[in-house]
Formats: sequence, structure tokens, C-alpha cells
Amino acid sequence: MTTATAQPTTKLWSGGKSPFNVSYGKLMMWYFLMSDAFTFGAFLISYGTIRFSQNVWANSNQVFNAFPFTGHANLPLAFVSLMTFILILSSVTMVLAVHNGHNMNRKGVEKWLIFTILGGLAFLGCQAWEWTHLITGDHEVLVNGTLQHWGTTVTHNPWGREILFNGKEVATPGPIAFGGYFFGITGFHGFHVFSGVIINSVMLVKTRLRHFEQRGHYEMIEKAGLYWHFVDLVWVFVFLCFYLV
Amino acid sequence: MSQVITAEVFHHNDNAQVKRIWKTFWILLVLTILELGIGLTIYTIHKGDNPNHTLVLMFKGLICIFTLAKAFYIVSVFMHLGDEIRNMIMTIIVPLLLFVWFIVAFLWDGNSWKNLRNTDAGSRTYIEKVQPKLPAKEKGHKD
Repeated sequence: MTTATAQPTTKLWSGGKSPFNVSYGKLMMWYFLMSDAFTFGAFLISYGTIRFSQNVWANSNQVFNAFPFTGHANLPLAFVSLMTFILILSSVTMVLAVHNGHNMNRKGVEKWLIFTILGGLAFLGCQAWEWTHLITGDHEVLVNGTLQHWGTTVTHNPWGREILFNGKEVATPGPIAFGGYFFGITGFHGFHVFSGVIINSVMLVKTRLRHFEQRGHYEMIEKAGLYWHFVDLVWVFVFLCFYLV
Repeated sequence: MSQVITAEVFHHNDNAQVKRIWKTFWILLVLTILELGIGLTIYTIHKGDNPNHTLVLMFKGLICIFTLAKAFYIVSVFMHLGDEIRNMIMTIIVPLLLFVWFIVAFLWDGNSWKNLRNTDAGSRTYIEKVQPKLPAKEKGHKD
């Protein structure tokens, strides 16, 4: 450009206005979430590598076939569908809280935040039940010629290949990595849900104390919302990698 | 989006915005139900006498596509990334392209590891140590 006005001598950004038209906090939340995506991605890809390196892997339809209060009924994928539904719904209530924040509607923000927190707690409760069921489970497994009863833990995997033993089909121990990856990754995700619930609770308290009303905007709710949606986003992939394929 | 513009746009299109949120919810729900349907189909195929592995692989690919669609809707609508300035969208999306290499390279590596182990690094052919399959039976009753 050949304008007569004084050109800056450097090609570096000179500040003064946001190049992306978003606030610093929101932009940094995005970059934090991007780095978190790489963390989760690394975990899930590591799991994929180990799974691809094995001749047999646990069959998710067999491992995750229980539902509370139904005894030993064979209901593959049913419970995890409920968990997925709860998380999607809590994502909707969160985006509605953000929306009410845009409209400076304090009551609306409070209402939808409470629903979001309840959704998060419901999800955590479901996960606690699922973990307990897996760890305390009692599965017949053939180890060194004798039948033993194993639960699914980070050291025991009773979901290996099935072989004939005394005329009936019995499972053998499966790849030991299964439990570690399952509890590790769903645990790390559950920890994110837990911190999301804490963050949303803090937001609820600050909303009730009219902090955002006095500040003139509800941008903090937007940032908390970004985090919460990210947790939902990660679950979409955890759901894919552990339960569906 | 700057605060002022955001507030105005949202105020004018208040109902449209809420409708869009619920529409996205229904899309996500339908995609999840489709995924479950395919998941249960795979389960039924596996229970059968002669599982068609190509068909299973195709179904799994379809589930992956649905998952990516869900991810797109969550990020674009719920996280409002679709409403941001293009440059900002790119600073998020472009680094994530690293995942393409990441996934391909590591799954390839895992598969190669399996083949090397099964064949003692290519020095013998792989013989699968499985007993003849029993007729189809109801699985998942072991607990």
C-alpha cells in the first residue's frame, strides 16, 4: 500500500483491537479446549493402537449389557444410551443458560444452570453405577485350567476369547490393557464432568449474587458453557471408541 | 462477536435462536439413535453363524461419520464457533488437522505390531488358534 499515512515500522500486530473480535478470556478458553482435545485424542489413539495390535478384544455388547434394577437381563448399549442422552440434554440446557445471559435474563440463567448441574450429577451417578457394576462383576473365566470368577478391573479382564471347556463355552482372560484404558479414559472424562459441575455451581452462585448483572454482561457463563459443551463433545468420541465400534 | 452486536442480534432473533438450539438437539438425538441402531445391528450380525466382516466394517465407518456430524453440530451451534470470524475458526480447526496423521499413523502401527507378532516378524505364516465355532448362541448371559 502506498498511502501517505505513517506506516508502522514493524509487521507485528500493534494491538488496540482484537483481531478475532472475541474477548481474551473466550479466546484462551478455546485454546485450552484445543489442547485438552489433544490430550483426550492422545489417550484415545493410544487405546486404538493397542486394540489394533491385539488379535482379540473385549466385545462391548457383552461387557456393557447391564441396566440398573433389571437383574441379569441382556440389554446391550441401553445404559450408555441413557448416559449419552443425559449429557446431550444437559448441553442443551447449558446453551439455553448462555442464551438467557445474552438477554440479561438473570432468572433464566439460574433456571437453566440448575438443570445443567442436575444433568451433570445424573451423569456422574450413572458412571459410578457402571464402574461399580464392572468392578464387582462376577464372570467365569478359565485361568490355567481352573475356573475362576473375575470382575473387570485394571488388572483383570475376563472378556477374552471363548474356548470349549468340559463341553461348555468359557471365556479366557483378555488383553489386560482393556480395563486400564476404559477406566483411565472414562475416568478422565468423568473428572472433566465433575469439574464442569463445580464450575457451573460457582457460576450459579455468582449469578444469584448478581455479579454478572452488575458487570453488565454474562460472558463468564459463555466460557463455562464452552467447557461444558467440550465435555459433551469428548463423550461423543468416548461413546464411539468404547461402546459402539 | 463484540458484546454490542451480539446482544442486538440475539434480541432481534430471540425465537429463531432458541428454535435453532432445539433443532440441533433433535438432530443430535436422531443421530445418536441411528448410531445405536447400527450398533445393535452389528451385535446381531456378530451373533450369527457367519459374520460378514466387510458389512460390519462398513457399518462401523457409518457410525464414525455420524459421530463427526454430531461433533460438527455441537461445536458449530452449541459452542457458537460457526458464528465467529473465519480467521478464528481456522486457528482452532487447522491445528486439529494433525489428528488425521495421528490416527492413521498410530492405528497403522498397532496393526503392523499385531502382524509382526503373529508371524514372528514375517518368518512364518499366521495360524489362528481358534476352536471350531459352536452354533449361534445367546451371548452375554455369563454374569
